[in-house]
Amino acid sequence: MTRTSPAVAAVALAIAAFLVAFLVVPVAAVVYTAFADGQGGFTFAHFSAFAEISLMRESFANSLYVAGLTVAFATLVAVPLAYLTVRFQFRGAILIQTLGVLPLVMPAFVGASAMQLLFGRSGSVNLILKDAFGITLPLMEGLNGVIFVETLHYFPFILLNLSAALANIDSSMEESAQNLGSSGWRLFSRIVFPLALPGYVAGASLVFIKVFDDLGTPLVLNVTNMLAPQAYLRVTSIGIEDPIGYVICVILVVFSIAAMAGSWWFVKRRDYAVVSRGGAMAPRRRLTPWQTFLAYGWIALVLLLVLSPHLGILLLSFSKVWSFTVLPEQFTLAHYATVFEDSTRMIWNTFLYCGLAALFDVIIGTAIAYIVLRTALPGRQLLDHLVTVALAMPGVVLGIGYLRTFRGIELPFGGGALTASWLIFVLAYAVRRLPYALRSCMAALQQVHPSLEEAAENLGANRWRTIRRVVVPLMAGGILAGFVTSFITAAVEISETILLTSRESLAPMSYGIYLYMQSIAGRGPGAALGVIAVVLVAVGTYLSHRFVAANTPQNPTGGKP
Amino acid sequence: MTPVGVDIRNVALSFGTTQVLKDITVSIQPGEFFALLGPSGSGKSTLLRLIAGFNQHSHGSVLVGGKDVTGTPPWKRNVGMVFQNYALWPHMTVEQNVAFGLEERRFPREKIREKVAAALELVGLSALGKRRPGQLSGGQQQRVAIARTLAIEPQVLLLDEPLSNLDARLRVQTRQELVKLQKRLGITTIFVTHDQEEALTTCHRIAVMDQGVIQQVGTPIELFDHPANRFVAQFVGSVNLFAGRFRREGDRLRFASVQIGEIDLPPGLEPPSEGSDLAFRPHAVHFDGDGRTPSEGSIRLDGAVEGSEFLGELLRYEIRVGEALVTADVPHERGRLPIAAGTRVGLSVPASELRFVSA
Repeated sequence: MTRTSPAVAAVALAIAAFLVAFLVVPVAAVVYTAFADGQGGFTFAHFSAFAEISLMRESFANSLYVAGLTVAFATLVAVPLAYLTVRFQFRGAILIQTLGVLPLVMPAFVGASAMQLLFGRSGSVNLILKDAFGITLPLMEGLNGVIFVETLHYFPFILLNLSAALANIDSSMEESAQNLGSSGWRLFSRIVFPLALPGYVAGASLVFIKVFDDLGTPLVLNVTNMLAPQAYLRVTSIGIEDPIGYVICVILVVFSIAAMAGSWWFVKRRDYAVVSRGGAMAPRRRLTPWQTFLAYGWIALVLLLVLSPHLGILLLSFSKVWSFTVLPEQFTLAHYATVFEDSTRMIWNTFLYCGLAALFDVIIGTAIAYIVLRTALPGRQLLDHLVTVALAMPGVVLGIGYLRTFRGIELPFGGGALTASWLIFVLAYAVRRLPYALRSCMAALQQVHPSLEEAAENLGANRWRTIRRVVVPLMAGGILAGFVTSFITAAVEISETILLTSRESLAPMSYGIYLYMQSIAGRGPGAALGVIAVVLVAVGTYLSHRFVAANTPQNPTGGKP
Repeated sequence: MTPVGVDIRNVALSFGTTQVLKDITVSIQPGEFFALLGPSGSGKSTLLRLIAGFNQHSHGSVLVGGKDVTGTPPWKRNVGMVFQNYALWPHMTVEQNVAFGLEERRFPREKIREKVAAALELVGLSALGKRRPGQLSGGQQQRVAIARTLAIEPQVLLLDEPLSNLDARLRVQTRQELVKLQKRLGITTIFVTHDQEEALTTCHRIAVMDQGVIQQVGTPIELFDHPANRFVAQFVGSVNLFAGRFRREGDRLRFASVQIGEIDLPPGLEPPSEGSDLAFRPHAVHFDGDGRTPSEGSIRLDGAVEGSEFLGELLRYEIRVGEALVTADVPHERGRLPIAAGTRVGLSVPASELRFVSA
């Protein structure tokens, strides 16, 4: 079913204009500034200047080091877990599925302070170790802390992608290898893992990008000798004109796009077309008692580590004093009282910004999904690609791009400067979270068989009424899930937020948590606000799963058009 | 390598509460091309996977070359299996796929190269060694799968519906090639199929399976001419089957059926057991006046033509006899028109073509 009309073209153009204005132009402005010599010419001078500053070279190396090691550790955590759940008879499967979501519910920068208290130099674990063995582990020292926190936060990306890939391997692929004499580690390394490699690469490249671009976690841990913090510090302390900040942004963009494009290229290059998913999933094997012991031991350890920031932040939010002791000595509800007294404004701001941004996202997402899947508009795929680019854009880059591009632009009707208004948050969140909403809407529309629309048209409904009365109601679950995903991920966004917050009255919750965590006295209220954010995200995650689950079986003629 | 036999003794297997295999006993001779034939859900694939070691039976034993392999994991059995979907690994080239089993057996590199070349030569794919499975046609993929299995020189070759993923023309050709290959190698081969034509045309002997039980084992002609029961009669070839009761009147036998009424049976037929059905093949039905002289001992039926299908070599009539429809095949001769629907016809079936089968 492919049709094009002027109305469709107009909507597509409007969306394209929005994306150009708030995604392409800001990023282009950043790139331009990094190469501009100030007289309208092109120069590499800023890059050589960057390379001459030893702090910059160090930051660059540190960012690569942290992102690389995080991927390595996340792999070590995730690969055994994925293999265990998918291939073995195992009572802990539900536990591991929980593991897969739990860390994502807690934003890394929120958990970071709690991790400091639990694993830091004078944290609970080291106090115990010192008492018992006279040793301490430098788990949270400098870059170690960033790697530790990010690993625990991001390993689920590898776990989820790899599990899905493993589950998709036809059982005969493994059985034929066994039939030819392969088993155990060799079976895993020669057949199973190579076949699941696309899933692993997708997850690993995502982890790399997220860590490489992260601003919140290093800042909360007081690590500034990395790229994203340096970009932020240059732009905020030296000024919006400092070219070094833009050079860093270009490096972030290039690495992010390269990692993402690399993973796509890798998956595409491998011809997996013959992996027909005809047969059953491989039957789960039994573990020997010794393997069972190791498996449960590993899961218990990971679960303990994964839960530690959650427990830590909860304890912190209720503790009166907590320093140089294994656990807090006195408990109080005062921090929650403080938060509700001082920060209701921030909570309200979060709901306003994220709600509006998510609403934008699902409207645009539904429109793009319809245009791409149901019309023959030339160049319609471009919209999809453009949105996907937003996925690879670091928040720091977009934030700096907004400040640069929209400074001095006044809102109509005396609204003041755009960069100093709350609208800028809505726009920034909407653009960066649009890919999530779009995926959700696309998936939902793919489930609606075109014949359902044709039936409505056959009975006299015009295009617009068909969309309103048939298409959108059938997509409702997916749209709702997209809304929630956009909302909760925006609610805990920190990179853009730090950059765009011009005064405290405009700040959302995520900035509030960050701000509180800067001072020792603020940790308690910061943790309380963090707990509220985590609950919000957890409830949202749960709801979005429910929406998707509830929507899928309702389709009488489900299936791809 | 001298071919070995496969002995399956009193094997039973359940998945949860469903019994998939019930007391299976069958002996496959060294060098035999043996088929497991049955509808889906009959347990034939389960039995094959059990021989390969992918299913573990709860009772009985499986012997390969006289050695009990019960409890031996798949990778230690040396029983080569070609999977229905071929299961070629997409991340390896054709050569790498074929070399895999040899590498797992720690053959020296030089030896592996030799054997891979020989295996690909055997299936006529020497030129395609560097390709990836995704770049091959279905037929070529299947040859690679066979080469990969044969490369390890297995004691027994297991084929799981090897022709089902090929188109009709290729299926016949591949079938004939399989027969030649098996004859040349002399390897004991077990072939799983739901297609009776495949089984009848390729295999020395066939085990017909249904509901987890082997219904009959025999050569294709034995199965066709002497089906052991109702199921085999219906599953192997087409058949006319009528339920009824036998009555002895003096030295004559009469058959009373609700469907086709009462008929006289010719003298000399073995008295069958009580609950037997009367069975005959469509090609055994003679039309009065069709030039084929009915022999003395025949049964006679009267009916009216209800319709006909032209199958090329023959015309298949549906003839209403009493309440039943009798299927009758008549060889086609050029220019002959089918008998019009509604025409009354007299039919006879020679005694030698009559069978009695029980449920």
